[in-house]
Amino acid sequence: MKPQTVKRVKASGLNTAAIVIFLFAVFPVYWMVATAFKPNDEIFTTRFIPFPLAPTMDHVSRVLTQGVAGHSIWRYLSNSAIVALGTVLIGAVFALLAATAVSRFRFRFRTSFLILLLIVQMVPAEALLIPLFLMVKRLGLYDQLVGLIIVNVGFTLPFAIWMLRTFVAAVPKELEEAAAIDGAGRFVTFWRVLFPLVAPGLVATSIFSFITAWNELVFALTLINDQGNYTMPVALQFFTSQRSTDWGGIMAASTLMTIPVIVFFLLVQRRMVSGLVAGAVKG
Amino acid sequence: MMAQTSTVARDGGNPSAPARRRSHQPPPRRSGLPTWVVPYVLLVPGLLVIAILLLYPLYQMVDMSFHKVGLRQIRPNPQPAEFLGAQNYSDVLASDLFWTSLRNTVVFAVVTVALTLILGTLVGLLLNKLGRKMSTFLVVGIMAAWATPPTATAIIWKWLFDSDAGVVNWSLNLLPDGLSNLIFGRSDWSGQPWLNAPSTIYVVLVIAVVWASFPFIAVSVLAGLKSIPSELYEAARVDGSSAAVTFRRITFPLLKPVFSVLLVLSIIWDFKVFTQLYVLAGGTTNREAFNLSLWAYTEAFSAPPKMGFGAAIAVILTVIMLVITAVYVRQIVRTEADVR
Repeated sequence: MKPQTVKRVKASGLNTAAIVIFLFAVFPVYWMVATAFKPNDEIFTTRFIPFPLAPTMDHVSRVLTQGVAGHSIWRYLSNSAIVALGTVLIGAVFALLAATAVSRFRFRFRTSFLILLLIVQMVPAEALLIPLFLMVKRLGLYDQLVGLIIVNVGFTLPFAIWMLRTFVAAVPKELEEAAAIDGAGRFVTFWRVLFPLVAPGLVATSIFSFITAWNELVFALTLINDQGNYTMPVALQFFTSQRSTDWGGIMAASTLMTIPVIVFFLLVQRRMVSGLVAGAVKG
Repeated sequence: MMAQTSTVARDGGNPSAPARRRSHQPPPRRSGLPTWVVPYVLLVPGLLVIAILLLYPLYQMVDMSFHKVGLRQIRPNPQPAEFLGAQNYSDVLASDLFWTSLRNTVVFAVVTVALTLILGTLVGLLLNKLGRKMSTFLVVGIMAAWATPPTATAIIWKWLFDSDAGVVNWSLNLLPDGLSNLIFGRSDWSGQPWLNAPSTIYVVLVIAVVWASFPFIAVSVLAGLKSIPSELYEAARVDGSSAAVTFRRITFPLLKPVFSVLLVLSIIWDFKVFTQLYVLAGGTTNREAFNLSLWAYTEAFSAPPKMGFGAAIAVILTVIMLVITAVYVRQIVRTEADVR
């Protein structure tokens, strides 16, 4: 075979592999959306119906109006959004400060702190749940979204610092030194030089925290009692009764919960891929 | 720019900064903090959060595991908890559930971590080889799996593995009977209930968790691959090295720090899997399907709450994880230059 043919065969093999993996990754998500728009007789069947033959908005409008567990899905979506945004806003500030400290300064206990970050992530959330539950109760934050936000900040922060630290370290120190030579103070250097360059990393880290908080089930399950304060992951548990599951409804609700996150992910992915400091150094 | 400089100059600059160009101007007064204090000040908020929300509860968890903590200790005006010594631990170890949950936890973690890392690395290598368009296409696809919330992931796979209307049983029925018999020892899959028996619940759980977590590994491996200078690969090609040898001799050693971080993170995530199991096992009723997290949660929060007992399970799980990951944490500390 000519080398060119070999190359082409190789490329088509790789592309086939890519398509197979693409389908494996995407099909379950597609199936969720497809099921959400199928009428019940297309859902509860042993036949394989690849797409809704008679697409319907029944399930979507049902979960939005009737909802589940006494409230519309909107309520749970907005509770989740409040918790996730609160977690991100507080967490981003704390993480940025700590990440700057560990990647821009050498100090005593720096290594200890980094190891601490790794180790605290190993503690299962379900384990700390027991004392945290008691703590939240004692502080009067039981059954409140604020309590959930605080706990989520604690659990997303170690990974956020760990991740953000590499983004801060990727910004060449020379840029800050140059700013300092030009007479910029510590704060200006941070705000005008480091921050814009770390911003894409901060966005990526924040999205990580957002998604963690948005997805979080076990704290919401234990720290929230009133149905009006449920977050989406908790609300989703109520589509299943002892005997049956409302598959159309649960898929519609899952779609509403998932699609924003996927879109969010894709939007940021582009910005993450674009070289972090490339622009600053070349420009 | 200049305006800002003058207003914020009080923050001080880098004391070791070389002399200013305009030497006739006096350098701005540095009334800010001395440099050695700065990192500690920056760390304070984060450290406080970690101390209050993670370390203190960690201490409490250990403390509770030596006490009897039930309803009377958690209601308003709590009664003091009775000290039990190691009673909770001996009860945990004596329980049959301990051994099934431990087995479930460990087997699940080993299988899932291995599959996730293998699949993720292969996809990462593939992404690196693909053309630009195809690579973006695949990244977008795997992002969808990555972004799907764990609750939704579990619900979707529960639906795919549904006994009657599930796509999986339908596809297995498509297999030629002979082949299906050869592999699985059966040809009719109609009505196969995947989510009743613990063993098949865990099959579904492994698939669901691998599906959701390989994209992160793939993207991280891809990022690592992009950082390897292409000269090394050119040199390898000139020397006529095969793809496998190139991977073993160049890619793997250079990506070793990336792999050790990914390995530790995967172990951490998969050892304490909760959400997906909770959904797939249908809550806390299927005791045979418990892993240590779900067992600890169930003991502590379903009536009657046995929080001390639950805490003892949690302590055991934490210790196991610390022991397993200690080696790798040490390796990260040694290999990642910026940790030291």
